[in-house]
Amino acid sequence: MAAVMPAPAQSRLLLSGNEAVARAAWEAGVRVAAAYPGTPSTEILEVLATFPGMHTEWSVNEKVSLEVALGASMAGSRAFCAMKHVGLNVASDCLMTMTLTGVSGGLVIAVADDVGMSSSQNEQDSRFWGRFAHLPVLEPADSQEAHAMTLAAYELSERYQTPVLLRLTTRICHVKSLVVTGERVEHEPKGFEKDPQRWVMVPAHAKGRIPGMFAREEALRAESETTPLNVVEVGSDRSVGFIATGPAYMHVKEAFPDAPVLKLGFSYPWPAEKIRAFAKGCDKLVVVEETEPLLETEFKAAGIACHGKDVLPKQGELAPQVLKPAVDHLLGRGPKPAAPAVKPPQVFPRPPTLCASCPHMGIYYTLSQIKNIIVSGDIGCYTLGAGHPWNALDTTICMGATMGVALGLDKGRGESDKNKRVLAVIGDSTFMHMGMQGLLDITYNRGNVTVLLLDNNTVGMTGGQATPACGKDIHGKPAPQIDLAKVVAALGVNPERIKVVDPYELPVLFKTIREEIKVEEPSVIIARRPCVLIDDFKPFRPYLVEEDKCTGCGNCIEVGCPAIHVTRREKAIKPSGKEVELAFVNIDGQACTGCGLCVQPCAPDAIQHVPVTGVPIHVVKTGVQS
Amino acid sequence: MSKDSITNILVCGIGGQGVMTATEILAEAAIAQGHDVKKTEVAGMAQRGGVVTSHLRFGPKVLSPQIAPGTVGVLLGFEGAESLRWAHTLRPDGLALVNNARLVPPVVELGLYDYPEDPVGQIRAAGHHVVAFDALSIARELGEVRLGNTVMLGAIADHLPFPPDGLLECIVKRFARKGEKVVEANRRAFAAGRAAVSEIPATA
Repeated sequence: MAAVMPAPAQSRLLLSGNEAVARAAWEAGVRVAAAYPGTPSTEILEVLATFPGMHTEWSVNEKVSLEVALGASMAGSRAFCAMKHVGLNVASDCLMTMTLTGVSGGLVIAVADDVGMSSSQNEQDSRFWGRFAHLPVLEPADSQEAHAMTLAAYELSERYQTPVLLRLTTRICHVKSLVVTGERVEHEPKGFEKDPQRWVMVPAHAKGRIPGMFAREEALRAESETTPLNVVEVGSDRSVGFIATGPAYMHVKEAFPDAPVLKLGFSYPWPAEKIRAFAKGCDKLVVVEETEPLLETEFKAAGIACHGKDVLPKQGELAPQVLKPAVDHLLGRGPKPAAPAVKPPQVFPRPPTLCASCPHMGIYYTLSQIKNIIVSGDIGCYTLGAGHPWNALDTTICMGATMGVALGLDKGRGESDKNKRVLAVIGDSTFMHMGMQGLLDITYNRGNVTVLLLDNNTVGMTGGQATPACGKDIHGKPAPQIDLAKVVAALGVNPERIKVVDPYELPVLFKTIREEIKVEEPSVIIARRPCVLIDDFKPFRPYLVEEDKCTGCGNCIEVGCPAIHVTRREKAIKPSGKEVELAFVNIDGQACTGCGLCVQPCAPDAIQHVPVTGVPIHVVKTGVQS
Repeated sequence: MSKDSITNILVCGIGGQGVMTATEILAEAAIAQGHDVKKTEVAGMAQRGGVVTSHLRFGPKVLSPQIAPGTVGVLLGFEGAESLRWAHTLRPDGLALVNNARLVPPVVELGLYDYPEDPVGQIRAAGHHVVAFDALSIARELGEVRLGNTVMLGAIADHLPFPPDGLLECIVKRFARKGEKVVEANRRAFAAGRAAVSEIPATA
């Protein structure tokens, strides 16, 4: 990543799509760039933060990041904003009105769709926003194109005074390919021009902007006919032609090297005349787009006969091995695609796990021991609490949803849930992103919810980015630090019901949760320990298992730590006559960082520190701070 | 240029093992030889000990970054069960270079699943050409467990369409700023990796 910044112009670098977009945004003279981390888009701002001559920030959520970018554009600066697909849902309120104001300084929104869903809660197609907001959509097919289209997007943005959507997918963001870099060209901001008819979107002003928005869309449609971003490749076998966008273009070229292809880099508004002319030259036309049949539906409505999702899947990537058999079948050249012929061997699943010493383990181990609770969850590493061995998370929807869902579970409960207690789990960053409003709703509407606010001092799942509560900015420099306990109090939680605990101290954690769920008013338990993957985490002296003392009870395995391994299993008969399976364990000394979570459920005291000196021991305390 | 002139290498393992870094070094070596290169991962939540595969394709002009199943030329496996998981992606004459490491996840420790018996044997039984070795032990003998990844790169060095020294140069470049001692240790690890796969008869 570090190689992107100091590289001079005309360097030939192996860059991910994210790195290429960042480099191009810098070359385009961007002065303000904002984002909230989200896979697969996170690295764009991480890289931009290493460049000089611009303000970069982690915003608290995507809506705020887009508003920051819009404000910078109003001031005349070139501005940039990046987010994952679901982030644009959050930012859409701003988007749907900024399409009316348009922009002053060029403004590009990179939106990264997680096609294939490697790390997301849904697989939505962000190209819809181009239609909804009447904005141009550019779709690169690899890193070099991501670089070129980012530069083209700024030129378009300023020429048409429009925000531009740069639509990326996981297979663009995280693929590395060769990119030739360019120079940075400075764009001095021309200054804010007072113009209430344009910038103050009250009904009278906004009504007047709508015709301009449609006129802009028509002008962009004409631009789309002539832009070099939409390219026809003639091909030698005209039995089938393809219209392809984004990474699907590469898959088409791989699977059908001789076919004619119309590659739409400028995919909305699309060039109707170009497409009609192209369609005439092919016996059959197949639209290859990830993921929804957007272009296909629009083409059909325009009377252009084509195939698309009638033969191709509506979800996931259209890799050559998916594309080839489906189109061959359409052409009568092969059987209907079936499951892959070579069956993969049966190997156990290896789901992501919480790290050794992860503070969330203490939370979920404790929740797994408490009966008659419903636990609403949220987006982050702590979503893994829904998995084995804890099975201690009952819902996950979207950023911040834990609060509203918990309140609804409380208010909507039927007779069968009468005695159940409702808990809401949320991470520190997710709380600041979209959870604060939900907590306010709980206090205002007298909800009976116990909130577990897991403060690990970072955005963990995306790789450890800074938050307003960690005391550092995007560059790692000191920044104003907000106090989460004070925020919670200000949102209306009774100060007596705000507890701060150490998630490594299981007895205290257990007691605190048990007490708070009994109270008939909102409580917030702030569990505070740094994520083990950030610099704030300092490892403690590791543990080992004294083999002769281990009784094989397996209690420690229930903690869920990946450093604990079973050495042998035995069957034994209890005095009651019941057969039990014993699992004797050891601890991987390379992985253990001495949190002591597994020590606490170990009845025979078999887990002891390794005999080394110089590494501090983590002492389990018993007091409760408030 | 035909599609057959594209080299397909699949590197597999689990999050935190260095799969992505190793593939990046292989990619740099291919670039230095004048190839077009694409490298892609499926590593959603890889940092958390999940499955990681890194696809590396290089040749005159690479289109799709993904390697189609059944077309992998060399599978470089950082772990036994993970190598078995991806062995089906090998083309019929493909080669699996497998580090015999056994990394057992919590779902297996909990007794929910079994770790496969003899993963290397199963890959071989499926008709693939396999060479197995123990990168960690080799690295330990060299006095530094962190040399394991360079041992892995040494193992693949004689199975690339360019001379091993091309790969070694990229490793040396990467460690140059850490001083001559570290560079020397990596040179030894690279040589040990090469030797490890040449000593074992590559029975199909």
